[in-house]
Amino acid sequence: MKVSLDDLPDIATGATFLGTGGGGDPYIGRLLAMNAIKEFGAPELIEPDDLDDDALVFTIAMLGAPTVLGEKAACGDDIDLAVEKLAQRLGRQPDALVGIEIGGINSLLPVMAAARLGLPLVNADGMGRAFPEIQMVTFNVYGISCTPLSVTDDHLTSLVVDTKDAKSAEDLVRVAAMQLGLSVILSSYPMSGADLKRTAVKGTLTMALEIGRAITQGRNDGRPVEALIDYLRTTTYYNECKQLFDGKVTDIKRETTQGFNVGACQLVSLSDPCDVMEISFQNEHLVARLNGKTKCIVPDLICLVDRETAEPVPVDGLKYGQRLKVIATSAAPIMRTPESLAVFGPHAFGLDEAFVPLEQIE
Amino acid sequence: MRIGVDVGGTNTDAVLMQENKVLASHKAPTTENVSDGIVSAINAVLSGSGVAAAQIQHVMIGTTHFTNAFVERKGLLSVGIIRIALPSSRGVLPLTDWPVDLSRTVGKHHFLIKGGYQYDGRIADELDEVAVANAAKEIRRKGLKTVAITGLFSPVNSAMEYRALEIVQNELPDASITLSSNIGRVGILERENAAVMNASLADLSRTVVQSFHDALRKLKIDAPFYVSQNDGTLMSSAYVEKYPVLTFASGPTNSMRGAAYLSGLKNALIADIGGTTTDIGVLVNGFPRESSITVDIGGVRTNFRMPDVLSLGLGGGSLVETRAGRTMVGPTSIGYRLLKEAMVFGGQTMCATDLAVAGGYSDIGDKNLVSKLPRELVSQGIKRIHEIVTEGVDRMKTSFEPVPLVLVGGGSVLIRDDIPGTSETIIPDNAGVANAIGASIAQVSGETDRVFAYDAMGREASLQTAKDEAKARAVDAGADPTTIEVLDIEEVPLAYMPGGAVRIRVKVAGELAATR
Repeated sequence: MKVSLDDLPDIATGATFLGTGGGGDPYIGRLLAMNAIKEFGAPELIEPDDLDDDALVFTIAMLGAPTVLGEKAACGDDIDLAVEKLAQRLGRQPDALVGIEIGGINSLLPVMAAARLGLPLVNADGMGRAFPEIQMVTFNVYGISCTPLSVTDDHLTSLVVDTKDAKSAEDLVRVAAMQLGLSVILSSYPMSGADLKRTAVKGTLTMALEIGRAITQGRNDGRPVEALIDYLRTTTYYNECKQLFDGKVTDIKRETTQGFNVGACQLVSLSDPCDVMEISFQNEHLVARLNGKTKCIVPDLICLVDRETAEPVPVDGLKYGQRLKVIATSAAPIMRTPESLAVFGPHAFGLDEAFVPLEQIE
Repeated sequence: MRIGVDVGGTNTDAVLMQENKVLASHKAPTTENVSDGIVSAINAVLSGSGVAAAQIQHVMIGTTHFTNAFVERKGLLSVGIIRIALPSSRGVLPLTDWPVDLSRTVGKHHFLIKGGYQYDGRIADELDEVAVANAAKEIRRKGLKTVAITGLFSPVNSAMEYRALEIVQNELPDASITLSSNIGRVGILERENAAVMNASLADLSRTVVQSFHDALRKLKIDAPFYVSQNDGTLMSSAYVEKYPVLTFASGPTNSMRGAAYLSGLKNALIADIGGTTTDIGVLVNGFPRESSITVDIGGVRTNFRMPDVLSLGLGGGSLVETRAGRTMVGPTSIGYRLLKEAMVFGGQTMCATDLAVAGGYSDIGDKNLVSKLPRELVSQGIKRIHEIVTEGVDRMKTSFEPVPLVLVGGGSVLIRDDIPGTSETIIPDNAGVANAIGASIAQVSGETDRVFAYDAMGREASLQTAKDEAKARAVDAGADPTTIEVLDIEEVPLAYMPGGAVRIRVKVAGELAATR
């Protein structure tokens, strides 16, 4: 199938939902993808299983501050150059591209890249949600090297980086990004088709699309939140799905610590004012607690949606008085293994409690 | 003595103010040429109070004229669009995502030029001055009369936009030129959209400002006049001619500011209940709370300063119906037909005003005409009206503490009981002309909005610099420096990045220098 212009608004809505509060507003990503499709044609979306085992696949993403991307956008040549530099380094052209993060703006940047370069886009990513750092992906967890990776900016500055591990790459690229103006293009995790099939979270681009469609269709039928939950229950990963809470935002605390947007949002139940839910976040939502008791914890997904329209509300869009429903869903099984939890489980975010799958919490 | 005028879609209201007192007020129909309506409204307040035109020191005008023109696509010009950002931003061209009819009207006359800054004000690329001059020549060749200039990170550093202005003026001495840094915030597309909208209104703004001048000349009022902008502060007539988009949300702002003034409150919720809708806003330190999200106007996404207003489908003309055993009020309304179709005026349509009269707490029209309405229906309908307002108030509240609620607008008669979550409900005198009063009391503001590096500069020094910049802008705009107060400080950390990059917005306002 092709990713068509008509799909973009629904993908953007679904990607905001899967961003679990973070990942950056996909609006600008939608416009970038739209312009690229108009200029270069719609890219082909292929399933992981369609890849040859010895095919070569690169990830493509933007890294930096989403606010800055809203000013600079991407120029396009920076994307082409990132792929070219990595290909030069490896002495081989990629056969396909894949997203690293379906949540937020990086859902649609790969669509733009695939359209520009005429490469197929693989229907998968490395987390099935959003996370703040380069090493927090299944590719890394299951042994794919993050490097060599390439970083480019709109002045066509480029860097090709080798590091001992993904975390070192993260630290180095962040510093480079600051010098380059807080918004860069990153092509990383070069991998074989066989490795991608083994390590990726599959089918997530079409899931984002279907989430957006369910919400749109649900609005037409007057039951958007129910339609969203009904759809999630039919998916392979997000099938364990609950409405945790229906309430009103009564407090928001935000601060910046080491470049992260850290804080908590408190909601009070609309039916019983004694019921209070607190959701902590570090860019993305980490844990939801009802009257102090954990109801969902990372890497399972905690998403806030408008209770009337099901429009997903990111952390930056939270305001006192909003009436929201808290939806929790399971993460992909591949993300709930001990190896995965070591990289992006509760402890990786400084939480002093163990991961318990959503469906096992009362 | 001063006069406040509100030029709305239906009515032109005028109030004559002496210090803190409303001496006279009048409502007149808005006229096609704007000027006649203003003349008759001001004439009425002058003759009603016996004040001579020569005694008027200032005239403040609020208008929704430009908003309506843009939404209805009336009188818009084609625009030469210059964006100084290459190689950045090429993936998203100007007018992306505009409604087709509008982008056709405005025309695809865009020029992408090298230049711009980084988020911290460093130069990303030097301005390609030759390309700006060439673009200006091409704009002249196309016969365009208006130009919008948008530079990368111009809210952080506007120097290149101003240099481009000089170059374009050199080629096109008669063109009107809009700089994005004077309108919008960080977010190039939204800021550019606002700049292009503004440029497209250049002809209309000249005509309308001229008709303001004409009206005052006819009235023999020699005083300077000012126009109120979205944030409830004033701009000079020369400035509104250049930046008409800054009036886009002045309607709700003026009614909220007027309500604040009439009630004497600086922190309150304001509900402006009209014939069809109720607009609820929040007053913080005497100014409307601003919306933090992007706002669509006429289908175009913008990010300029707008008050955060919740619009509900409840007004004096809202239809009352029973559906599935429940009494519903609104959102459909008979609007201006209220005077003919409502039951209290002898019509056949049951609307919210009929309930208030039947409930015995409003005296409008003939109450005998609604005396036979079932008591149960009336009490359920009144309950529903209060529920709608209660929910709206709850959505807009900023804290758990009960706050006062001020009701303005003709529909304020619908409310009888205290609204839960509020400390008191106030309907001030002259509530019907709150808009014109809001315009008459406006102050002059200044704002800064840019990114600071806390790691390099420190938080305190960054905040002080931001405040000083905002104050300097207020003084430039005509404020008396001794009266300037800081209204609002907002710190937004830039996520995903180390280095303590924080976006600071500071807004200050002061009295108009000449008023003192």
